[in-house]
Amino acid sequence: MTRFRGILLGTLGIVLLGVLWEGYKAIGPSNGVVLNGLTVLPRTNDLAMPHLATMFTRLFEPVTSAAGSPALWSAVTQAAGFSLSVAAVGWLIGVVVGMLLAVLMQRFRTAESALLPWVVLSQTVPLIALAPLVAGIGSQVRFGEARWQDWMSVALIASYLAFFPVSVGALRGLESPDREHVELMRTYAVGWWKTLLTLRLPASIPYLLPALRLAAANAVIGTVVAEVSIGLRGGVGRMMIEYASAASGDPGKPWAPIFGAVVIGLLAAALVAAIGLALRKYRRGEVPA
Amino acid sequence: MSNAVTVSAASKIFPLARGKRVVALEAIDLTVAPGEFVSLIGPSGCGKSTLLRLIADLDQPTAGRIEVFGKSAKQARIDQDYGIAFQQAGLLPWRTVTGNIELPLELHGIGKRARRARAAELLALVGLSDFADRYPDQLSGGMQQRVAIARSLAESPELLLMDEPFGALDEMTRERMQNELVRLCAETGAAVVFVTHSIPEAVFLSDRVVVMSPRPGRILEIVPVGLGSAGNRDDGLREASGFFAAVKAVREALHGVPAEEVRADSAAGVPSGAPGAEVLYASEAPAPRGLETR
Ligand SMILES: Nc1ncnc2c1ncn2[C@@H]1O[C@H](COP(=O)(O)OP(=O)(O)O)[C@@H](O)[C@H]1O
Ligand SMILES: [Mg+2]
Repeated sequence: MTRFRGILLGTLGIVLLGVLWEGYKAIGPSNGVVLNGLTVLPRTNDLAMPHLATMFTRLFEPVTSAAGSPALWSAVTQAAGFSLSVAAVGWLIGVVVGMLLAVLMQRFRTAESALLPWVVLSQTVPLIALAPLVAGIGSQVRFGEARWQDWMSVALIASYLAFFPVSVGALRGLESPDREHVELMRTYAVGWWKTLLTLRLPASIPYLLPALRLAAANAVIGTVVAEVSIGLRGGVGRMMIEYASAASGDPGKPWAPIFGAVVIGLLAAALVAAIGLALRKYRRGEVPA
Repeated sequence: MSNAVTVSAASKIFPLARGKRVVALEAIDLTVAPGEFVSLIGPSGCGKSTLLRLIADLDQPTAGRIEVFGKSAKQARIDQDYGIAFQQAGLLPWRTVTGNIELPLELHGIGKRARRARAAELLALVGLSDFADRYPDQLSGGMQQRVAIARSLAESPELLLMDEPFGALDEMTRERMQNELVRLCAETGAAVVFVTHSIPEAVFLSDRVVVMSPRPGRILEIVPVGLGSAGNRDDGLREASGFFAAVKAVREALHGVPAEEVRADSAAGVPSGAPGAEVLYASEAPAPRGLETR
């Protein structure tokens, strides 16, 4: 019942967004609303705001006029798949690192006071500054025959954004068991490790799931932005830049990789939702949100 | 054979902020024989829970010694010589009833089949066989508490420590649980240290009732109840004259009321229909009746 309502409301939101777009395009002035030389409302001509139908039909036309060019949707799908897999690697690294940090901080009080400020501070470094740095350092790295690849830099940056919510959420979760439960484990004379496995980790799951969702969103954003600033080919980030230059003659085209990015985000969220479903027995104490 | 519990000259002082301190327990001497049921009773804040926690090695005494089956409390905890149950059932919400009862067995490396068999046995003992696969949030408070008691019995401990395990239950459930506990003790032969607020509960269950007073926490008196072996107790006992005599004795010890005062008092205060209903006054509440008349 609630799931049905959720789907209904979600669909309604998308429809509303489409109606707003087309509605403003229909009634707004084609050169936008300009006050004192400042554009306060966007232009509505077909170049700046193409019809939804234009964006949609463009997906089924070839990428370029060159012979044998694939349909735009298949090119975008391929790019989105690439970006998603890079984001997934970044997410996984971020989750592992975030969990390890949280466990370390839970285990040692001093580690918490020593690490937590740095964890928080790490997120204030702007991504744009970080990307070339990582790529630069990465290019010096060699594992025997294997070379550091640009996609690794992108995944690393994605993980840098993903680990933060995980470490903070997991730390709260690991520290969530009641004193009674912790003392019960003490009466069983089991050590820290078994207490972690049987009590703290299961108890942390309701805190961990929202953190994983945030981490997934961060990993996707990190991937797309890092693709742009490192110049990694193959993903939707780079595709957005390439297609934007085509906008003057082909206004529907730049929207395709944007849709691709949205779909990646939805897939990532669905993936985390599936994890939540698999772990539902650990969420019994949770109050329905 | 050594005592189940020996507390000698134990005291516990909690330091507070700005150099203040609470003397939670002072010079406590107490022994509990194997198989004996001993209740701790007294107004809240008199150190009942603290004493239980010292025996369980969840806290250490500031002075004095605690022995459990002739060993240090710590060694007894490591050897799993006791089972424990608190006021809150404290079940893990992500484990089924069976999973919760199996928890200590699992942690101590008992094989899966042996665990299952033991859990089934205990579930039958507490009358919850039909609920083996439920989760705690699908059970009533009384059922959860029964699961917690089954869990505390999982490794057949010779000593049970219980801190107001029935405190959060309604009166009817409470009496039924008391009857069940008496039966369980008769079947397992375990010694019990039982913390309670209720005089009739203490009297009904115990061989001896330890009456305590607050600030500093001390033992005022130890009242032998002697209502016969656990196996013979049933609801009839709640109306026997020996029961009322013991209730009176515990109450006198608690309130320090002269015998004449109490006689009138207890006739009015303990209706036979709901003996468990009489609960001690918290120390923060208005002074109990007896005090002004002293
Ligand atoms: N961890 C603690 N820190 C400070 N004071 C405590 C602590 N535990 C108990 N106390 C104090 O010790 C006294 C006895 O507490 P407790 O044993 O819980 O009493 P009871 O169980 O009889 O109600 C109380 O005054 C309480 O405030
Ligand atoms: Mg208490």
